[in-house]
Amino acid sequence: MIEVENLRKQFGTKVAVDGISFTVKKGEVLGFLGPNGAGKSTTMRMVTGYLPPTAGVITVGGENIETNEISAKSKIGYLPENAPLYSDMTVEGFLKFCGEMRGIRPKDLKAAVNKAIDTCFLDKVRHQSVETLSKGFRHRTCFAQSIIHDPEVLILDEPTDGLDPNQKHEVRNLIKRMGETKAIIFSTHILEEVDASCSRAIIIDRGAIIADGTPDELKSRSKNAGAVMLRARGLAGSGIEGELNKLGEVSSVEVLDSTDDSIRARIRAAKGKADQLSSAIYQMTEGKKIVIDELRVEEGRLDELFREITKSDMED
Amino acid sequence: MDALITLILQYLVPAAIIAVVFSLVLFLLPREVRTIFKRELKAYFTSPIAYVLFVVFLGISNGLAFFFFKVLESGEADIFGPFFQWLPWYFVIIIPAVGMRLWSEEQRLGTMELVFTMPIAPWQAIFGKYLAAAVIVFLMLVLTCPIVWTVNYLGNPDNGVIFSGYVASLMLALSFLAVTSAVSAFTRSQIVAYLISLVIALVMVLGSFPDVVDLTMNISGIGGFLAGLINKIGVWLHFSEMAKGNFQIRDFVFFLSIIGFSLFATAVALRVKRS
Ligand SMILES: Nc1ncnc2c1ncn2[C@@H]1O[C@H](COP(=O)(O)OP(=O)(O)O)[C@@H](O)[C@H]1O
Ligand SMILES: [Mg+2]
Repeated sequence: MIEVENLRKQFGTKVAVDGISFTVKKGEVLGFLGPNGAGKSTTMRMVTGYLPPTAGVITVGGENIETNEISAKSKIGYLPENAPLYSDMTVEGFLKFCGEMRGIRPKDLKAAVNKAIDTCFLDKVRHQSVETLSKGFRHRTCFAQSIIHDPEVLILDEPTDGLDPNQKHEVRNLIKRMGETKAIIFSTHILEEVDASCSRAIIIDRGAIIADGTPDELKSRSKNAGAVMLRARGLAGSGIEGELNKLGEVSSVEVLDSTDDSIRARIRAAKGKADQLSSAIYQMTEGKKIVIDELRVEEGRLDELFREITKSDMED
Repeated sequence: MDALITLILQYLVPAAIIAVVFSLVLFLLPREVRTIFKRELKAYFTSPIAYVLFVVFLGISNGLAFFFFKVLESGEADIFGPFFQWLPWYFVIIIPAVGMRLWSEEQRLGTMELVFTMPIAPWQAIFGKYLAAAVIVFLMLVLTCPIVWTVNYLGNPDNGVIFSGYVASLMLALSFLAVTSAVSAFTRSQIVAYLISLVIALVMVLGSFPDVVDLTMNISGIGGFLAGLINKIGVWLHFSEMAKGNFQIRDFVFFLSIIGFSLFATAVALRVKRS
């Protein structure tokens, strides 16, 4: 549904997006991750046809966004960053306007507006002026605008920004549900969101893709993925650290916490030995007085990977 | 009684025709333009600005006209002297205020990102919004009709000339409005858009104002070139000839090209803003 090839965007001398390529198929939800200023919004603005790319090709539903602008745009629903709205309209008036602009026929308009209002839980405020809405309602009103014409492609720039935890949960579920029949791209810097609703995620830093995969794949790439967490007691100064290091399956032992009697450590596997690591550790403790409180293989964490591979602005 | 019938024939009938033509045009407009137009027009009436502008404009134009009538003791019921010749000056102040929000507000709110990701062509949005502001300007002019009634009551004016006065005024106001639309595309601040449009409109009025032309005629070099350029975009002669009933194709062409050029400049500015 969405195909992006070698996308570049330059503002003056500043390169905001530097050769990004990806595709999103129907039924896929692609998460855009990346620190602030990475180029997520700029990429989305180009995919929606708001910004002309400096170089690269974008097709949406088979239509080139630059040469077949109108028909490509009609397939897209877009929630821009910060959820812009006309402050002089009511929620319902705004949605009607957007529906009309999207070419919904007058006889279907009312039903489309009602459906969007229901989906986004806006019934309470439907006659309220946009100006007086709280941030959560503003966001959901703009969200409603993006789905009013039931588009095949949804592009959502930080759709859960400014929502409370319950609303965030609702929106994630909504994205996941809609993702079954649409092609969706959404950006976020909340990493749990990727787990909750994405089928695939891309991490962008300084305008380039630095990681691309399913949430599980990405997690397994974090430094601690596959490491074993060990928490044990009854050591009585037995020098367990040394014994662990002697095991062939172990490459390093990182002691996080220890007393004479107890230890908490992260143990990393030697190359190719990850599968046998936890059983090797267990066998080593057998026949001793050691009590194991925890022996767990870490599946890796997105935020760790994120911190490892992206550089924050502050380090510049 | 006769006067009343003439009045009805001469004003209500044209007004009805304008209304019908207007609705027809609206009906024939592409859906996209119509949708933008309706939203924009509604926006004018949900903010207090439109009402303030109506009051200010009608207060100034009607009030001063009656004042000038008294001063001139106009037995001939001439309407150009007391009324139409002052309109360009009022327009310089009022029209930028009507148009300043057109594109600057769209940028400030960020809704421009919605408009330009909808499946419509940019010209449709530019034209629809301009048309809504044009209706406000048109209504302002229509609401100066007490002056027409007054001169008809005072004497026997040539209502054909009065009509040309209105046509000229409308053309002038629509030109200023198009300029304001272009200026508003460059900034997200309504105040900045207002001030810059006001200065441009002022230069356009002064550009071919007889006294100014006399003053600048003998300047040479770059200054002279600039003065010549400003003379060229000067609206005064085009306006006053037209308003006195001397309809010339070139004057229409002049105003229409200012409108066309400015709306084109709006599109270019918005395109540049997005890249
Ligand atoms: N219109 C613009 N003009 C100049 N620079 C811009 C413009 N828009 C974005 N940028 C720059 O491009 C980079 C990427 O921005 P953005 O796409 O908004 O990042 P993100 O959404 O990932 O936080 C930033 O450094 C930003 O300052
Ligand atoms: Mg952003």
